[in-house]
Amino acid sequence: MTQQTQVTGWTREEMAQRLAQDIANGSYVNLGIGIPELVAKFVPEGRTFIYHTENGLLGMGPSPAEGEADPELINAGKRHVTANPGSAYFHHADSFAMIRGGHLDLSVLGAMQIAQNGDLANWSTGKPGAIPAVGGAMDLVAGVKQVFVITQHCTKTGDAKLVESCSYPLTGRGVVDRVYTNLAVIDVTPDGFQVVELCPGVEFETVQELTGAPLRSASE
Amino acid sequence: MINKRVLNPAEAVADIADGSSIMIGGFGEAGSPIELIHALIDQGASDLTVISNNTGSGEVGLAALLKERRVTKVICSFPKTLNSTVFPELYREGFTELELVPQGTLAERIRAGGAGVPAFYTPTAVGTPLAEGKEFREFNGRDYLLEHGLAADYSLIKGLAADSHGNLLYNKTARNFAPIMAMAADVTIVQAASVLEPGEIDPEIVVTPGIFVDRVVEVADPAYESELIAAGVSYP
Repeated sequence: MTQQTQVTGWTREEMAQRLAQDIANGSYVNLGIGIPELVAKFVPEGRTFIYHTENGLLGMGPSPAEGEADPELINAGKRHVTANPGSAYFHHADSFAMIRGGHLDLSVLGAMQIAQNGDLANWSTGKPGAIPAVGGAMDLVAGVKQVFVITQHCTKTGDAKLVESCSYPLTGRGVVDRVYTNLAVIDVTPDGFQVVELCPGVEFETVQELTGAPLRSASE
Repeated sequence: MINKRVLNPAEAVADIADGSSIMIGGFGEAGSPIELIHALIDQGASDLTVISNNTGSGEVGLAALLKERRVTKVICSFPKTLNSTVFPELYREGFTELELVPQGTLAERIRAGGAGVPAFYTPTAVGTPLAEGKEFREFNGRDYLLEHGLAADYSLIKGLAADSHGNLLYNKTARNFAPIMAMAADVTIVQAASVLEPGEIDPEIVVTPGIFVDRVVEVADPAYESELIAAGVSYP
């Protein structure tokens, strides 16, 4: 536990900025609620991403100016947004045809657990009495071409989020392509977790200690 | 002459019987037909099954219908909403049953229900608890599960403009589930901010063709959940 409090690594903004560098110009992208939303603040110079929000807007823009919010122009997190020039509105079946039909290039999601085979758990702890709510997460991971997870490397109580197998109920089986944490960028490969990049100043051994499954180093 | 106008929300929902299944449009407050829901509360129908993405917020609109103990089953994707304890309490008490459906599967089930498609295969939810008990089939080396189309006795939806034939336009992201719910119900009831004469909506921009709509009622200045909640309203 002492080890974990000493390693902070990248901030949430830096994680989002690092992820944004890996998105190709012109990509159609769905950003989940929370840290994924920060990615929109760090579009690299010279690139344009088109944001899809599953409640029926392609071309989502930033929050509106004070006093200009429209209660009927919101994102999937039910926050007020704007529509960029060139946007389109559509109904839910069309919106999820974009997702399930493989038309979106990238889905960026948060996670509770990611397993070394790419299984993702991010919707329920499975605790009795909890109100289950799934939203569009299962559709996104099943249908979008690429799935990136952005999350703290460990839970607030210091447990590993990257694990051998998920103990929480799954969102999807073998769906995660890449994980961006505060400590490292990690690919999910047929041979398990492969470190792509370490946060500057963070040792591979430290990341391995905080991970619940074997990691291969960037040089392997 | 076709004229689907009705005078007011009360008349629009008057025949909804106990035990009916009702699709209610909206994603959060965007597109929620508050005036039709409040008319349904006043009307008194109970033992309802509600199909809607969420379960409302505060104690207005859909949350108020739940709070009045009129809804015994909810089919939805995300029954957790900021500032509403109404559904969680009814669920924990066992009064209101929940059928949790992934949002895209919910949308496609409704679309299928409206299009005469009894069931379809989807990869969504394979390998998760929401696939339990469902029929599987492999296509091209990938697992899919069978999901059934969903239809209802009534749909309550909100539009920006309607004409008396039932052709509809929507406002921004308030469109969400409304066009597919309009297709999937025996009786589709629309509240629109303006109800126009035939010909006043350009056929090229009609979103929902009137064949899917049975009743339109003008609600010129519809309320929003957030405004009612901010004003401290608890309906009725």
